Amino acid sequence: MDLTALTIDAARTAIQERKISATVLAESFYAKIEHDDPPIGAYLSLSKERALRQAERMDARVTRGEMLPPLGGVPIAIKDVMVTRGLRTTAGSKILENYTPPYDCTAVARLEAAGAVVLGKLNCDEFAMGSSNENSAFRPVRNPRDISRVPGGSSGGSAAAVAADMAVAALGSDTGGSIRQPASFCGVVGLMPTYGRVSRYGLIAFASSLDHIGPLTKTVKDAAIVLRTIAGRDPMDSTSADVPVPDYAAELDNPVRGMKLGVARQYFGEGLDSEVRKAVEDAIQRLARLGCEIVDVSLPHTEYAIPTYYIVATAEASANLARYDGIRYGYRAPDARSLSDIYRRTRDGGFGAEVKRRIMLGTYALSAGYYDAYYLKAQKVRTLLTRDFEDAFQKVDAILTPTSPTAAFKLGEKMDDPLAMYLADIYTVTADLAGIPGISVPCGETQAGLPIGLQILGRHFDESTILRAAHALEQATS
Amino acid sequence: MKVTEKDVAYVADLANLELTADERVRMLRDLNSILDYVDRLNHLDTANVGPMTQVSDRFDEDQSRQGSDRFAYAARDDIHEGLRKSLPHEEALANAPDADEDFFRVPKVIER
Repeated sequence: MDLTALTIDAARTAIQERKISATVLAESFYAKIEHDDPPIGAYLSLSKERALRQAERMDARVTRGEMLPPLGGVPIAIKDVMVTRGLRTTAGSKILENYTPPYDCTAVARLEAAGAVVLGKLNCDEFAMGSSNENSAFRPVRNPRDISRVPGGSSGGSAAAVAADMAVAALGSDTGGSIRQPASFCGVVGLMPTYGRVSRYGLIAFASSLDHIGPLTKTVKDAAIVLRTIAGRDPMDSTSADVPVPDYAAELDNPVRGMKLGVARQYFGEGLDSEVRKAVEDAIQRLARLGCEIVDVSLPHTEYAIPTYYIVATAEASANLARYDGIRYGYRAPDARSLSDIYRRTRDGGFGAEVKRRIMLGTYALSAGYYDAYYLKAQKVRTLLTRDFEDAFQKVDAILTPTSPTAAFKLGEKMDDPLAMYLADIYTVTADLAGIPGISVPCGETQAGLPIGLQILGRHFDESTILRAAHALEQATS
Repeated sequence: MKVTEKDVAYVADLANLELTADERVRMLRDLNSILDYVDRLNHLDTANVGPMTQVSDRFDEDQSRQGSDRFAYAARDDIHEGLRKSLPHEEALANAPDADEDFFRVPKVIER
């Protein structure tokens, strides 16, 4: 039994049936991480004490003849933008290099309450700002499928860890595509739930109206299991929705025959790599052969999504990152003489280039004289983009698109031109702006063996439909 | 819209960032490049479109309710027994770059 290749149910069952212990499983992952992570760089911190204590607890339950909870003994890892009590959390930034949170992120707490074993914290772009994991203040993450290439971002560590069998599953965050795009680059499943489906309490904020927490996993079923565990109203996050959480995994095998799937022509235009186009079109055909009805839809404002996103997200980020002032936690610039000096030098010294760029852009867009022209305008275009989806969902149940215009690019390739990097998010930002759920599922490879992802977008709170479609495709492909 | 050096200095002030001379040059170039691209939003006529501030603006919330009534779901009742427990002092101060047993320590704020 290849221990580190197990899925959630397989791992949990093996522990319940005493084929392995949770402790041995956790230790196997730590051995794998020690051996395989150095060239990849997925992990920033390991939490061996916490993990082994939890594994021991799960093993004790098995010994007492008790049923394990849904994630009992299952090793998972957490993107370092989610706080973990007593365990260093950096957000990929020097400004929080030695920050030890006094509380747990709700999503993490729910996973641990369900028996999950937290192996450690995963590398990411600084404050989740990036599409390649090259903006981490510590080191870039490399794609396990080709280490000269990026894993995608900002949840690059999460995608790489799962793809390289260094965790059974991982939590990531998505503000403009940061779960789905790295999932597609690394060949794993990445699910961004509806905004408000999962509490953001304990997620270090980037853009509060766009941030989401979600799972990266080896299979669609695993994503469904994790989602069920972390979803649901949280009194600590007033934007978390009071909507019942279905048993997503139980609904997976409901037939997809008759499901109406939209194909939006704006996502298949110029700039889409020909190998990606072919793989995605093949996947669409496979779904058609399963009995789905493929319908042409139009999302006419798609071309305005990137400019909208880079105003809204950066404006919100400029407000959210104002708290890093060197006073209550984090890095403080030495030799600063006045309070103003502390603020300015701490922030300039502690933040990386991309973070500073976005803070500047956001501050500018909100400043007097420019607020109407930029921020207010962008919010209005956001309404138009969301209406596009609402109109399309009158005709179809879900929409199929490529996750990214290309497969994984080389490290350094896009670092000179920030705009070129931003344009890579073209297929993912729309869902964040509209608050709808989206999943990326592997659907093929390039000639060079690089993974390609199909994205499935759904109605608000209809994760069931996109999970079912993704599951059907996954089963048909294997 | 063209961003000038003066704009960069002003915005850096607002954002409390002490940019180096090199950073200012690059920032000027990058901001102009991005804002140039963002200008295409002006192709759209949004005169009769409402802004979308909250994603829940588009959910099936009761659209007939006005103002803060629409967000009643986010409120809770007062807790009669008073304040909930909050972080103990030592935990709250544990990450501070400079603190005593009670307070975060900062340079003099009031100039005389």
